[in-house]
Amino acid sequence: MSEAAAYPSTWRRPPAIERPLLRWGLVAGAVLYLVLAVGSLEVNWLRVYEGLERGWRFVAGFLHPNFTDRWEDIAIGMQESLTMTVTSTAVGILLSIPVGIGAARNLAPAPVYYVCRAFIAVARSFQEIIVAILFVAMVGFGPFAGFLTLSFATIGFMGKLLAEDIEDIDEAQAEAIRATGASWLQLINYGIQPQVMPRLIGLSLYRLDINFRESAVVGIVGAGGIGATLNTALDRYEYDSAAAILILIIVIVMIAEYSSSYLRKFLQ
Amino acid sequence: MLRLQGLTKRYPTGDLALNGVDLEVPAGQVVGLIGPSGAGKSTLIRCINRLVEPTAGSVFLKDEELTRLRGAALRRSRRRMGMIFQEYALVERLTVMENVLSGRLGYVGFWRSYLRRFPPADIARAFGTLDRVGLREFVDKRADALSGGQRQRVGIARALQQEPDLLLVDEPTASLDPKTSRQIMRLLREVCAERSLATIINIHDVALAQMFVQRIVGLRQGVVVYDGAPEGLTPEVLTRIYGEEDWTRSIRRDDDDEASPPVIEEACLEGLT
Ligand SMILES: Nc1ncnc2c1ncn2[C@@H]1O[C@H](COP(=O)(O)OP(=O)(O)O)[C@@H](O)[C@H]1O
Ligand SMILES: [Mg+2]
Repeated sequence: MSEAAAYPSTWRRPPAIERPLLRWGLVAGAVLYLVLAVGSLEVNWLRVYEGLERGWRFVAGFLHPNFTDRWEDIAIGMQESLTMTVTSTAVGILLSIPVGIGAARNLAPAPVYYVCRAFIAVARSFQEIIVAILFVAMVGFGPFAGFLTLSFATIGFMGKLLAEDIEDIDEAQAEAIRATGASWLQLINYGIQPQVMPRLIGLSLYRLDINFRESAVVGIVGAGGIGATLNTALDRYEYDSAAAILILIIVIVMIAEYSSSYLRKFLQ
Repeated sequence: MLRLQGLTKRYPTGDLALNGVDLEVPAGQVVGLIGPSGAGKSTLIRCINRLVEPTAGSVFLKDEELTRLRGAALRRSRRRMGMIFQEYALVERLTVMENVLSGRLGYVGFWRSYLRRFPPADIARAFGTLDRVGLREFVDKRADALSGGQRQRVGIARALQQEPDLLLVDEPTASLDPKTSRQIMRLLREVCAERSLATIINIHDVALAQMFVQRIVGLRQGVVVYDGAPEGLTPEVLTRIYGEEDWTRSIRRDDDDEASPPVIEEACLEGLT
């Protein structure tokens, strides 16, 4: 009885950083930086005021979207974007499979591993816009540059996630296949593919989504598609046509989102 | 059939898992390999089919030296050695049939296996082995839908599908209940006798090993410290293998015959779902 009373009756979780001085110093430093950073932003309030008015006209355009005046341009842009999306997703995923396998430490020999990892790192470190500018410079304006951009981005995205998936597999299953005397390709097909396939399909559908949205963005720098049409409309201050284009993009993204989540559920 | 000479394995971490193991297993003999955790049992059987690369020593299977082989020759020798795992190691998302057929991967080309168009003889053999292990009606089930005992049967069928000369079995019963364990051990002993396979079974359970194997090899810290009949496992020998402990209760007594309730056990085997 008296023994129980001898134990402490309070307990606190030990802090992540032991030394109080360091702990509070870090907090104070972070707050100070934030204050200084906000203070250093130069805001031109007059310009903001003007911009607000332009923004308002834009919003007003949304209330009267104009599908008819530029319908031909819109239709061509849409068609280019959709083609760009589907082809770049298909090509990107096909190419990302060898890259992803090469970038999986448990499958690839060291030189292949480093080459593939480096490629993925490069593909992922550049934003699509920058890549698009590069490809437009290389192959000229139009949807082909957009196709190349999105394929490149897809390889980086899918390759990295696939490689990580392959590194996370249950090694015992692959080992059992290796022990039967299977060749390397058979090992991939029997020991690895069944383990990563469901997620690969899910990610592909997700990437299809992303690529459609990106196809609208890369058009702004001249890589074709609906983005180019949107850019033209904005340049001409045709906010009603721009609104029509944005509404179409939103609708298509929503359809893609809904159908891909449905498909994913169906496949699992 | 199988001969190990001075087999030694030192892992890059510095662990000396095997230290000059000499062992000979004739065709049709079932050897129980016992020893404490970390004794090197798994390393030993993985060095035989080269899932682990031995540091020194050699492995002979029917007078062919395996330790020298590389590439296609290594794969050809692997298909003569069936392996069975503690956690079954079935490919979970494949059907029972695909798992069994994967035992033929060493024999068929890539496209055949990719399109699942195995030679008719292989398919007939797969149905036959599945029938033999009592899973005839589970052909199209996915492997992850089976119970532990059933999965291990599929594991055995996959190994037999290779038509091996040698079975390497790594703790086949460690994840199973006592009764299923006995059924699996009995099945292993029977198929080895039917096909006169040389077999090495790593096993934790001394009493179970004594019931089902013809010969016991005791491993301690990578060295063989006992090699003889199951009856020879006296408390002194067990102390030599595992260290000091009261062994009188874990050794099989003579009246504790495994065949005593045969009718009941076979009946349960049929009703296994
Ligand atoms: N992949 C590995 N890397 C480094 N050391 C290992 C590895 N596998 C096993 N070992 C070491 O080798 C020794 C034998 O292990 P193992 O063969 O798994 O024994 P057992 O199967 O008898 O329990 C242990 O000391 C273990 O730590
Ligand atoms: Mg082990």
